[in-house]
This record gives sequence, C-alpha cells and structure tokens, in this order.
Amino acid sequence: MGPGPGVACAITLNSSLTPAQQGLYQDPLEIQRLLRDTRTIAIVGLSADPQRASWFVGSYLQKEGYRVIPVNPRAAQILGEKAYPDLAAIPEPVDLVNVFRPAAECLDIAKQAVAIKAKALWLQLRIVNLEAAEFAARNGLTVVLDRCVKMEHARYHGRLHWAGMNTEIISARRARLL
Amino acid sequence: MSDAAEPRKFGFETRMVHAGHIPDAVTGARAAPIYQTTSFVFDDTEQAAQLFELKQYGNIYTRISNPTTAVFEERIASLEGATGAVATASGMAAQLVTFMTLLQAGDEIVASSQLYGGSITQLVHTLKKLSIGVRFVDPSRIGEWEAAITPKTKALYGETIGNPRGAILDIELVAALGAANGIPLIVDSTMATPALCRPIEHGATLVVHSATKFIGGHGTAIGGVLLDSGRFDFSRFPSIAAPSAAYHDLRFFDTFGHYGFLMKARAETVRDTGACLSPFNSFLLIQGLETLSLRMERQSDSALRVARFLESHPAVAWVAFAGLPSHPDHALAMKYLPKGPGAVFSFGLKARSGAGARAAGRRFIESLQLFSHLANIGDVRSLVIHPASTTHQQLTDEELARGGVSPELIRLSIGLENVEDLLWDLDQALLAPLR
Repeated sequence: MGPGPGVACAITLNSSLTPAQQGLYQDPLEIQRLLRDTRTIAIVGLSADPQRASWFVGSYLQKEGYRVIPVNPRAAQILGEKAYPDLAAIPEPVDLVNVFRPAAECLDIAKQAVAIKAKALWLQLRIVNLEAAEFAARNGLTVVLDRCVKMEHARYHGRLHWAGMNTEIISARRARLL
Repeated sequence: MSDAAEPRKFGFETRMVHAGHIPDAVTGARAAPIYQTTSFVFDDTEQAAQLFELKQYGNIYTRISNPTTAVFEERIASLEGATGAVATASGMAAQLVTFMTLLQAGDEIVASSQLYGGSITQLVHTLKKLSIGVRFVDPSRIGEWEAAITPKTKALYGETIGNPRGAILDIELVAALGAANGIPLIVDSTMATPALCRPIEHGATLVVHSATKFIGGHGTAIGGVLLDSGRFDFSRFPSIAAPSAAYHDLRFFDTFGHYGFLMKARAETVRDTGACLSPFNSFLLIQGLETLSLRMERQSDSALRVARFLESHPAVAWVAFAGLPSHPDHALAMKYLPKGPGAVFSFGLKARSGAGARAAGRRFIESLQLFSHLANIGDVRSLVIHPASTTHQQLTDEELARGGVSPELIRLSIGLENVEDLLWDLDQALLAPLR
C-alpha cells in the first residue's frame, strides 16, 4: 500500500521540539517534497557495522533507489560505496546531508553542507542543534531535525504501516502504484 | 482559520473509520480486505535476508505481521494517540507479551489489586514461573504504590476502570510516580476504550486492551492489542536497550527509537510465543472500531440509567458504578471519563428471607430474560455474571476480598437493547419469587 494523494495529518508524536520548532523543522509537506526530489544522500557517521542504526538507514535508502555516499573517516567502503573522510572530499553533487553524529558536531557539519552546496540538512532522531539548523536554513538549505529519514520514507510509502505503526496518514483516495 | 497547506489533525470519529487503511492501488477495495494467508512471497534472497534482519519493513509470516492485522493495529494506535500497536491473540496475550518484552527473571511488578481475576492469576501464578514477582497495592493510595517500589520494580500496572467494582485509576498520579522512578506505567484500558479515556494523554507509557470486549463489540472475536506512547526513555532499560542475543546483538531502542519497544514485542516476543491475532479476527475487530464511540456513548448512558434504577430498588443492597455520586471514585471518573465510566458495573443483592445472598444471586440470574448469562463483557447484548462462582472462582478468599468481590456481587455489562426493556427485565428478576 502506498500513500494516497490526499492530505497527511500533522505528526506531532515523538519529538522533543516545541510546536513552533516542529513547524520549522518537521513540516510533513516539506519532508515529502524532500524525499521525492532527493537523489543523492551523504550519510555523515554511517557505520560499517551492519547492526548499527545508521547501517539500517543506509541499506534501506539504497534499496529504495537513493544513491548513498558514506562519510566516515575510519572506513574505505560501506554498503559497496567508497567512503569519504568528510563532506568536502565528495567529488559529486549531494542533495541531502543526513547526520548520525552528536549534536555538538552538527554546526561544523552544517557549515560543510553549505560549503558543498547541498540542498538539505537532516539531523537524525534525537539529534537537535538549533544553531546548526538556523545556519543551514539561513544559507538556503531545507532543514529537518529529530526525525529518522528511514521512518519518514517508510511512513509515506506504506512500509511503516505494515509494522503496525501510527503513520497519521488519513485518506479516502486510492493509493498510487509504487 | 483554515489553511489549505496546513496538515489537518482529524477527529476521533474520522480516524475510527479511516485510520490505517488507504484503498489499495490495484483493486481500490474500500473495506479492509482479509489477507487470509500464512506467508508472503519474497522479491529475492537478498530482500528475504533483509526482512529477517529487520532492515526492511515488510511481511514474512502472519505470526509476525499481516496486512489486515496492520489496519487494526494502526487504527487503534491512531485512536489511542499511540506511536504504534502490536495485536495479539487475546487480551491476556497482550498483557503477557508486554510483561515478557519489558521484564526479565528477578524483576518485579507493582500492580493495582483492582484487576480482572484472570490478570491476577497471570501475575501471581504464571509470571512466578518466569521468576517475575508482583506486589499488589490499593490503587487509590499513592503511598502504597510508592512503598511497594523496590530497585527490582520494572513496571506499574493498573486498569483504567477496575474490574469488577469500578475503581478508577488516578493515571496522572501513578504515571508521575513511575516517571520519577524511571518505571513505565502500563494501563489496561479494556473497560474504557479510547472513546472514553486515552491513558497516554494522562502520562501512561503503555496501554493494553482485551479487544474481545468493547473494541470488537459484537462478541464475535477474541483478540488483544498493546500500544506504546513512544515517550518513555528506554535507553537505560536493559530489556529494550541492551544488545539482543536473538538478533545478532541488535539494540532495539538505539536502532528503532520510539518504535523500539514495539519492534521488540513483535519481532521477539510475539514471534517466539506465537500469540498472534488471526487476520479474520482482525477484520472483525476493525468492523467494531468503526462504530466504537457510538456504542460506548449509548452503552454508557444506558448503564447510568440502569445503575440509578438499581440504586433505588428495594431488593438491591448496593451499586458500584463510578458514574454515581455514591461511588468513592466518582470525582476521578468525572476527571478521566467525562463521557461516562463505561458500561460494566456490579451491584449486590440483599439477602432475602429464607435465602442467603448467594442463593438470591442464583435465583436472580436464572430469572433474567434479556441478559445473557456468560463470562464476557462489552457485547452489544447485555450480559450478567456472578463472579464469585465463575470468573473469580480460582482466587483464594483473601484474593477475592482484596479484589472487592463478595458472594452477593452481580456484574452487569449493559448492551444496546432498549433501556426500558432492560429495566423491566431487571425488575422482574429482582422480584421473582424464591422457589
């Protein structure tokens, strides 16, 4: 089951952000647009360990057709892709910078993301750095905080529903063929 | 003020009939289809491996997940304001799966003494076999809850509306005590359903239901469900946070965040105990959810009418319904269940000349014409039972007294019949001559 073309409910569950911050950094329409328009995702902090959360997310996104570029200074190759020590070393354009690093490192990562002209910055679940978010947003990037890119993709493509989770998607319109 | 671009938060009744089911792209079927299948074909070996390792979401085997059951799960999660749900074979299974996911040998539960008799036997006898201890407390005394907590306590447990004397749990107070001690509060909300009370809104961490009752509503299917608020920090909770030996040291909380508890409950506990819900029963429970608020409001209103009638009847000694000002928890009921404290309550018969309360109870039940004498609650039909001789008969006298069950106690579950007809039936049975 894919999502219908109808409206999505506001998803206010499970975030430490205030309602105003959720409006800025967790807008469901903005997240859906980002998932639709993104092709290349650099994952900063992608682990080489297949049992880590970042590997779960990376392998899922790869399976869903995104090009995943690992950023990890301690690995040569992850998920069959060459790993780079930092964003600046990536020799091709990046649409989305997805971050699995502690909040304290995120301002520096945001600056790198701006420098390589990425279109969006996405800090994973439970990673909140408002200074990094404001810096990236001020420089024209779409910013998502405290959300998981895999969960959000799965939410809008019917997968999360299969696991019995509350997607907050309500629609009487027929689903699209995926 | 409306804004077309603003995502809308839909109301309860809208979610009752729509949440969790979008007409599928291929057939456009409007009602949720019944996927009566044990298993699901893989795309290829790599996808199969990724599904088994939980790296992709998808269906493998109906013991773990099923598309019809997923509609039921998401719908009830949406109605409770939960992050998700796992459906189980019964309400007892939902409770057991919750405990087995959360607890390990040596852990303890602090539980309200005002519980369904089957829950008490599960806590006392079955969990004992797993080396899990339980301490019962008077739910209305927060000091008893606090005093019963030890370093081994890993869960607090109570019922929104206690069975069978209608004690109302002060969810906010007990949840706050749990939060202060890093212990999740589990609430069995079977008697309330999300139409009357949503425990997560009051701070409960986990909610369990016997869906057999008001959720199904029609007495057609046994089922249960457990739900997670997604708000509890399980990062220091060993059973959820520690590497799982059953999944190559996968750390469920670290990997799945607020879905960690439910993913573990599904992928480990339900998978390994086999306590899954049948897709056909899921379908029946979905049908029940579609009219939930309508039934709960009508049945609660009728229950209040019946309770008032009994309270003024000369053959009745007492009525324990939190909707009546005479009930000790009436104020709590007004706070947590403003639409009515459900449709199940108990009352006591007066002893009659020549017969004790027990014999009077037997005569009453055998004289009823419309109330069905059976061991269930939450049907569209009105039901009656004498717990001391049925649901609670395995309890010792001491456990019986602690649960507030006396020999003259009759439990009613009020259905959708014409309420005047119900009053007529009760009156004629109360006055039926002793043989």
